[in-house]
Amino acid sequence: MADEIKTFKVTIDNITIDVPAGTTVLNAARQIGGDVAPPAMCYYSKLQGSGGKCRTCLVEVAAGSTADPRPMPKLVASCRTTVMDGMIVKNITSEKVKDARAGVVEFLLLNHPLDCPICDQAGECHLQDLGYEHGKEGTRYEFPRRTFEKEDIGPYIQLHMTRCILCYRCTYVADQLTDKRVHGILDRGEHAEISTYISKAVDNEFSGNMIDVCPVGALTDKTFRFKNRVWFTKPVDAHRSCNTPSCCGNTTLWLRGEEVFRVTARKDEWGEVKSYDGKPGWICNTCRFDKKKTSDWTIEGVTKLNRHSVISQGKYEGLVMPKETIQEVMGGREPKLLMNIHDESEVNNPKIHLSEINGPAHSENFEN
Amino acid sequence: MAKKLLLDKAHVPGIRSYEVYRKEGGYRSVEKAFRLTPAEIVEEVKLSGLRGRGGAGFPTGMKWSFLAKPEGVPRYLVCNADESEPGTFKDRYLMEFIPHLLIEGMIVASFALGSNVSYIYIRGEYAWIADILENAIDEAKQNGWIGKNILGTGFNFELYVQRGAGAYICGEETALIESLEGKRGNPRIKPPFPAVKGLWDCPTVVNNVETLAAVVPIINEGGEAYSKIGVGKSTGTKLISACGNINKPGIYEIDMTISVEDFIFSDEYCGGIPNGKRLKACIPGGSSVPILPANLLLTTAKGEKRMMNYESLSDGGFATGSMMGSGGFIVLDEDQCIVRNTMTLARFYHHESCGQCSPCREGTGWMERILKKIESGKGEMKDIDLLWDIQRKIEGNTICPLGDAAAWPVAAAIRHFRDEFEWHVQNPEKCLTENFGLRHYADPIHVAVTA
Repeated sequence: MADEIKTFKVTIDNITIDVPAGTTVLNAARQIGGDVAPPAMCYYSKLQGSGGKCRTCLVEVAAGSTADPRPMPKLVASCRTTVMDGMIVKNITSEKVKDARAGVVEFLLLNHPLDCPICDQAGECHLQDLGYEHGKEGTRYEFPRRTFEKEDIGPYIQLHMTRCILCYRCTYVADQLTDKRVHGILDRGEHAEISTYISKAVDNEFSGNMIDVCPVGALTDKTFRFKNRVWFTKPVDAHRSCNTPSCCGNTTLWLRGEEVFRVTARKDEWGEVKSYDGKPGWICNTCRFDKKKTSDWTIEGVTKLNRHSVISQGKYEGLVMPKETIQEVMGGREPKLLMNIHDESEVNNPKIHLSEINGPAHSENFEN
Repeated sequence: MAKKLLLDKAHVPGIRSYEVYRKEGGYRSVEKAFRLTPAEIVEEVKLSGLRGRGGAGFPTGMKWSFLAKPEGVPRYLVCNADESEPGTFKDRYLMEFIPHLLIEGMIVASFALGSNVSYIYIRGEYAWIADILENAIDEAKQNGWIGKNILGTGFNFELYVQRGAGAYICGEETALIESLEGKRGNPRIKPPFPAVKGLWDCPTVVNNVETLAAVVPIINEGGEAYSKIGVGKSTGTKLISACGNINKPGIYEIDMTISVEDFIFSDEYCGGIPNGKRLKACIPGGSSVPILPANLLLTTAKGEKRMMNYESLSDGGFATGSMMGSGGFIVLDEDQCIVRNTMTLARFYHHESCGQCSPCREGTGWMERILKKIESGKGEMKDIDLLWDIQRKIEGNTICPLGDAAAWPVAAAIRHFRDEFEWHVQNPEKCLTENFGLRHYADPIHVAVTA
């Protein structure tokens, strides 16, 4: 028999699946999907060696394997633990995991400035999602938070270390995507910072991918900073034939009308860049920073988002309407509608759903 | 007088030099080891019951037998001389005064493990000791103990000293390996363990200085004879570095059959507490092991005399016991403030956290700040519970044991000295000028009589 892949049976939160040997618990859980998949802030499947650091993906191993059914004494990082045949894992069904995860979220937010109102990452920030799903309402921390000066990493990227959660993803990008390593970690403990050693610019065609892998707003696109909130822009899938070797040319454009506000790599449901033919779809800096006209691109259609509640809301799909309370406070009386703006306006035709227009909305779209 | 195996020759004048060391019977164990097979040496060490002297107390022979031996892949032995645990200074003494003992142990161990190149990773602060070791290695080389085809056995062996840059974290074996490879000293995520994938991804054993030195008497006297010294699973002798409020701080070699009380108060060892003060508390195994109040230190919760060995010191678990750890024995008299002491330790762990994983990176700083707040009379009652909650969320949730090491001292201090913390909160002004004192911490423990 040629190359038969061995499969292991693993049970995560009472759901059993078969996965190839060597799969991590996290990736097995992602195959099940939904709430069973532990959150991951530092693990990035496309970056070798990443993971194990943030501890948000901790799970309880109730039985190591069929051969050795003893439970593991400590919670383990699911992103770096490979499954064994007959392993029983508890994620959201374990009180220990929930407790530890709430602790980790609190730790991650301890020194985070929570400056979401002025942060470009807001709306697509993994830390926001994590805090929303697993965090507590308030913090018990009452001391000054650590701060850093902002730093420019080359002409396109700004580092705001104060927001960094030290996931190390960007350093792996620097190591694995760029030719020479100029990016690393300085100092240690809570004062550790990612740096380029004396602000040496990262001049590499793929350095922009650091922005995409950054789970928070520590690394931001200087061509997009403060231009717009992500949920006001409309994401569309687009491609162009790029001459840069190993650039996939497949991107998401974030539009407002005809204007391309920013260009990013396409993301999958776990917030990682999509793969094409088994290779991660990293994009080059030319695509990302220089091609800011819709005429540079062939637009394929509206991006399907399945992560990040805030930008999904901006796309009007699956929109949750706020609860109407007027009736309640007016003692059951219905509000009187004086005028529906949509009926009056010739531009904003309610019969045409903006999110369903592939590409930017033009006035032609509204001609009846 | 207890039998000495490591320090018996420590006071011979000139023992640091090769001539004197050899004349006093040095390097006998290498000659003997070469007449055995590597497997037989590992068996001797297993038989001896030697446990790792670095802190965790894992059986050394078992660790050696776990070493993977794939064909055509080099194996490495690394000596962990990054002794940075506050209160521990035994390895320093060994390396500084009898450097050849470590080298001798390393030759034997390297032969047993099949390591042709071995390393001593020494903490940067021990700068002068690295020079002493390098001199000693040169001497050993000149006399044919290191180099090619040693004593005509065909065994080639090189030994190098690598200086660290002064990071506590590099005493963690995988961080040590990273640092030895020239990288930033961050602990690796295990598995794979070093026995499978260690230095340069090759199978590696990392042993403490004292562990490797103990290999010499084990080979000389035989594993079985060594195992007869001591008691139960605490075999052989252990170096204790005693410090704090005692009359005679220093390094003592004990055979683990004496009681903690005798160790502190007898003239042979610590010689009691100076100025007629009373014993309040003790950290028996280096700063990261749980602190114990005087009563639980001297007697276990069952009312038995607590002995200086692995089992007795950990009797009662963390609820009423502690750990042998690295043997850094820190004694605190009645004038010491536990809150201040805990704060000092928390500051150390905060400073030394590598920052790789979140609970330790953020939690250690948080604990230090709260302890500083309580210490300076600004604490609130809820801070004590908060501290407990933080340490609980760090422990066990980190990549390396440093998270646990940072959490345990805080946990133990609150567990046993909660009223002292509360006193600090309730007396915000008084706590700045006065100490809580001994109070009830030395009172006899009530042992429940079982029918």
